[in-house]
Amino acid sequence: MEKLIGSETVKRGMAQMQKGGVIMDVVNAEQAKIAEASGAVAVMALERVPSDIRAAGGVARMADPRIVEEVLNAVSIPVMAKARIGHIVEARVLEAMGVDYIDESEVLTPADEEFHLLKSDYTVPFVCGCRDLGEASRRIGEGAAMLRTKGEPGTGNIVEAVRHMRKVQAQVRKVVHMNDDELMTEAKLLGAPYEVLKQIRAEGKLPVVNFAAGGVATPADAALMMELGADGVFVGSGVFKSENPEKFASAIVQATTYYNDYELIGKLSKELGSAMKGIDISKLSAEERMQERGW
Amino acid sequence: MKTIGVLGLQGAVQEHLKQIEALGMNGLIVKKPEQMNEIDGLIIPGGESTAIKNLIVRYGFLAPLRDFSQKGKPILGTCAGMVLLAKEITDTDESHLGLMDIKVKRNAYGRQRDSFEVDLEVKGIEDVFPSVFIRAPYIEAVGGNVEVLATYEDKIVAARQGNLMVSSFHPELTADTRFINLFAELVDAPAMAPVAP
Repeated sequence: MEKLIGSETVKRGMAQMQKGGVIMDVVNAEQAKIAEASGAVAVMALERVPSDIRAAGGVARMADPRIVEEVLNAVSIPVMAKARIGHIVEARVLEAMGVDYIDESEVLTPADEEFHLLKSDYTVPFVCGCRDLGEASRRIGEGAAMLRTKGEPGTGNIVEAVRHMRKVQAQVRKVVHMNDDELMTEAKLLGAPYEVLKQIRAEGKLPVVNFAAGGVATPADAALMMELGADGVFVGSGVFKSENPEKFASAIVQATTYYNDYELIGKLSKELGSAMKGIDISKLSAEERMQERGW
Repeated sequence: MKTIGVLGLQGAVQEHLKQIEALGMNGLIVKKPEQMNEIDGLIIPGGESTAIKNLIVRYGFLAPLRDFSQKGKPILGTCAGMVLLAKEITDTDESHLGLMDIKVKRNAYGRQRDSFEVDLEVKGIEDVFPSVFIRAPYIEAVGGNVEVLATYEDKIVAARQGNLMVSSFHPELTADTRFINLFAELVDAPAMAPVAP
């Protein structure tokens, strides 16, 4: 084989290297360095963390390229950035800037209410949010090389991430145990590409890495998501909206690695200061629920 | 039967384990330093070297890993593992485990968009080996008794020195177990003299 860039193996492989790790939202070089020093496996460069996006309202777009560039220059770990759902040009701009991974994200205001990006067209890999196996499979079908639960971003409330992770896992288990003749109907019911379900059944698992995201606020939250089968964790507002970001970041990293060492997690959780203030998701109106974005 | 451990702090741990088991050997995910006593060889997988280093130091793996190597027990480092094993890292005074006489350049091929796959000739493997490079390092310089196992565009991308073996690429991301098998042969071989610290 001649040299091949942007292949499925290389894109999915990049996410496999992130497994067991924590990816942190940052808004400047200083935060990026704190994240790197705490043991984050990547940072997500943003203009505002999700909880501030909620507070600010209005249209949330791709970050100012100056912020992305500042973060790219500040750290040696991979840098991710978010593009709006369906915003071809934001994604191409981030790719041209050399961002290592793009999150086609419901945290930003969607640019297209019908179509997601055709992610297989890009050299840069993409991560996308999902609430169930249908959504996960459609994103894989479009070329996503990594998945994450949608959860409910910027709330500091883990309940939706738990719901989405359990749902996807249960649906994968069901597909894996299906007979050949049941698979097409399952594809129809889930709204999932048949070929992706066939692959899941053959491999016994999702063909791409699936992280937890959307509501992780404490070391115990991160460990809970690992316990439920997440391959790793995204922490959005949880780190830099906490009282002591350095301590929080480091504790979440350790709790993710040692997610079943409860004594350690107890120790890590002591004297951390207060976590971000959370939001009761049932108090959010339908328009305020970011997880409803994406199709 | 010999047991090969995979350092399980972060990264492509399961992928290596799957290859070890496919070769019919015992695999063990090593998350605690005391587990180092249960294994005959160790793989440090691909992942993020700074994140893995951080956990190695914090969880007391530094001395046990160096001890393991000093006993002449085989260690394989892929990608991040290569960075961790090197005595020298380009553009920094800091090395991590500092065990192998190689000078390694991190992210040597550029960012993720420059990550690639290519077929390479690897010493000890017939025909070509599918090699997956992800934000990969390469070796800029080697000490006297380091054996070069593979090069790509004149850069060293796999090497061996006594009980230590490294690759820039990720054999664990392919279905081809031949590279891991080279390491397994090292684990099966009689104990050898360790690389001098």
